[in-house]
Amino acid sequence: MLKAKGIVKQVGPKTILQGINLEIRAGECVAILGPNGAGKSTLLKILATLMKPSAGIVYLDGKDAWKSPEQVRGNIGLISHQSLLYDNLTARENLLFYGKMLGLNDLDQRVSQLLKEVGLLLSANEQVRNFSRGMQQRLALARAILHNPPLLFLDEPFTGLDQQGIGLLNNLIGQAKTKGTTLIMVTHSFEEGLAFSDRVLVLNKGGLVYTGETKELTITGLRDLYCEKTGVKTS
Amino acid sequence: MSYYNQIRVLVWKDLASEFRSKEMLNSMLIFALLTTVIFSFAFDPEADTVKKVFPGVIWVALCFAGILGLNRSFQGEKSNDCFMGLLLCTPDPGVVYLGKLFSNLIFMLIIELISLPILFLLFDYRLQGSLGWLVLVIALGTWGFIAIGTFLSALAMNTKNSELLLPVILFPLLIPLLIAAVKATGLILGGGDFASWSNWLGIICSFDLIFTVVSWFLFDYVLEV
Repeated sequence: MLKAKGIVKQVGPKTILQGINLEIRAGECVAILGPNGAGKSTLLKILATLMKPSAGIVYLDGKDAWKSPEQVRGNIGLISHQSLLYDNLTARENLLFYGKMLGLNDLDQRVSQLLKEVGLLLSANEQVRNFSRGMQQRLALARAILHNPPLLFLDEPFTGLDQQGIGLLNNLIGQAKTKGTTLIMVTHSFEEGLAFSDRVLVLNKGGLVYTGETKELTITGLRDLYCEKTGVKTS
Repeated sequence: MSYYNQIRVLVWKDLASEFRSKEMLNSMLIFALLTTVIFSFAFDPEADTVKKVFPGVIWVALCFAGILGLNRSFQGEKSNDCFMGLLLCTPDPGVVYLGKLFSNLIFMLIIELISLPILFLLFDYRLQGSLGWLVLVIALGTWGFIAIGTFLSALAMNTKNSELLLPVILFPLLIPLLIAAVKATGLILGGGDFASWSNWLGIICSFDLIFTVVSWFLFDYVLEV
């Protein structure tokens, strides 16, 4: 599904990623852990074709992501700690805008269905600027899955979610796994990492220092391993 | 989705968003009107000097009001990281450039439609040439200004002092366009025939073509900065 070969990202004199190689199978759920500044979000952006690597290639379904972005980007969904929503547009307008840009059919029906699923149907015609943080994040979930992407990136997705949002995100991840969606999640939380993923990757100082199956790990084991690989003590 | 439809949707989004908040339009309009009023106080409407400075006054008012708009052009995309969402929807960032170009052009034309008649009134200026040619020159000059301005506002989007940086990098590049636009405007206002200002029109058209195409092609690289 997704393969990265020798990913290097350099910004000025600083090397953010140094030769990352990884392969993620279709339907696999992978959690990326690492301390601040390890390069997690940069790696996620490169894998999602939002940032060009200084060197290396990203293959999505066997295609070079930067040579054929038109075949790749429509298959990607992104849930970030930012909502990626326009404050001056209403909830419905935001979803319609993204849906039209993606060229989706039966958009009105799909938008109404998603607004209902995330509990925002009654607020559909309100501007997003008037939404609480939790409501914005719920709408962001709807935006991310609007086109049923087979590949979903989650960048610290639980940040800022209210209880209803956490429940929705848990459901969404569960449904996505059932559907065979490939999930790649950047997180600081060991609990989330272990609960939702089949495999854990640990990044430190721009390098991939650990990769392992979650079924072989416990929370304590993961904490010890993280501490050993990154030198960062966790409570 | 086709290239054209993506541009159309992007323009719709910008217009819907701006007409709801009117943040950009209000600031541009107020600035353009203030500049107009201050210039009208500064120059005696009956003096001959008005005829000489009037074309320059028009373009100074439009450019400074335009800069305010351009500075805000990508702010909406920057908040909530909307730009990332936008890039995920389109395989070609050139769509974003063209969409923004058309949106900014519409905003600028709205400001011109309101402020230029007021400028003529305050200066008590009587047009001696053709109104159609004047409109054409102003529209083409505005296109060139917006074409390069939209490109550079994307470049300045992620910098700390973008509001300062944009005019600093934009105005030197605008010099040929502004000279040609001011000269052509002056000659048309004074009733000059087509032959007398056609060369200036040629420069404006060349500028528009070159900077639109170059900006469109290079937009992908700007996003990497």
